[in-house]
Amino acid sequence: MRQNSLIEKINADQLKSDVPDFRAGDTVRVHVKVVEGDRERIQLFTGVVIKRRGSGIQATYTVRKTSSGVGVERIFPLHSPRVDKIEVLRLGRVRRAKLYYLRELSGKSARIPATRRKR
Amino acid sequence: MTKKGILGKKVGMTQVFSENGELTPVTVIDVTPNVVLQKKTVENDGYEAIQVGFDDKRAVRSNKPEKGHAAKAKTNPKRFIKEIRDVELGDYNVADEVKADVFEAGDIVDVTGISKGHGYQGNIHKDGQSRGPETHGSRYHRRPGSLGSIINRVVKGMKLPGRMGNKTVTIQNLEIVKADTENNVLLVKGNVPGANKSLLVVRSAARGSQK
Repeated sequence: MRQNSLIEKINADQLKSDVPDFRAGDTVRVHVKVVEGDRERIQLFTGVVIKRRGSGIQATYTVRKTSSGVGVERIFPLHSPRVDKIEVLRLGRVRRAKLYYLRELSGKSARIPATRRKR
Repeated sequence: MTKKGILGKKVGMTQVFSENGELTPVTVIDVTPNVVLQKKTVENDGYEAIQVGFDDKRAVRSNKPEKGHAAKAKTNPKRFIKEIRDVELGDYNVADEVKADVFEAGDIVDVTGISKGHGYQGNIHKDGQSRGPETHGSRYHRRPGSLGSIINRVVKGMKLPGRMGNKTVTIQNLEIVKADTENNVLLVKGNVPGANKSLLVVRSAARGSQK
């Protein structure tokens, strides 16, 4: 569907220009701004991107990590002002766009082979 | 209490981030400056209101009375004309422009529009009734149910199949997220009645919390 130009204008102000290129299977480190009382600090969330969805302002991505044996997934809006920075640590080679199968796996079988995909 | 109001056109929906990163769903309302066409006064008309017009009409599309009425406000004939009551009459003059800045972020408003037409629909879709069992010998699937005791007529107000939608609907107590005079748009939290491109009246909330 063609987006209305007026809506595009409103969205354009909020879109980030410094979002790195990453896909499902890549390992990323997300720098999240956390407010504690009146102090703001950066919290890191490192894991595998298991899904990217949506486009434009609606776009989100899901990062999965295993924290002390428990799987943790966080969904971030791609253009969220709460995310300071996204670091792409490792490019993974996967054959699916949505890596839901990782939820069933742990340990060795949950590894994703690296790839030399060009940025 | 004095009210405010403006006419506009539904553009569509999107979402905006607040400063603390929360996403708010908003409806974008195009409020190209309205023109005050007439002031209604107690002496003349028995009540107080301003008549505002939105969206220019081509000259071919308008008749002589419309042109004359618009000429008094030195403007073009308008497609959508409504009265806004309980306004502060002193603030407005004929031919003044009413812009998005009548409202500011945080204001609570009511939005009136014409809902989407759904055509002829049964009770289940139209009135939210439940359906009967599909199987196990049931022969009662999507019917409206009993019409009451035998009094040789149907009681008024009985919920029966018919035309759904295409009615004037007001959604109350919506919050203005942003009033943008540069692009002439209002961003209203949540949804408003009608299809995109439909015409809307945005008024100060009739009741509920006022900031």
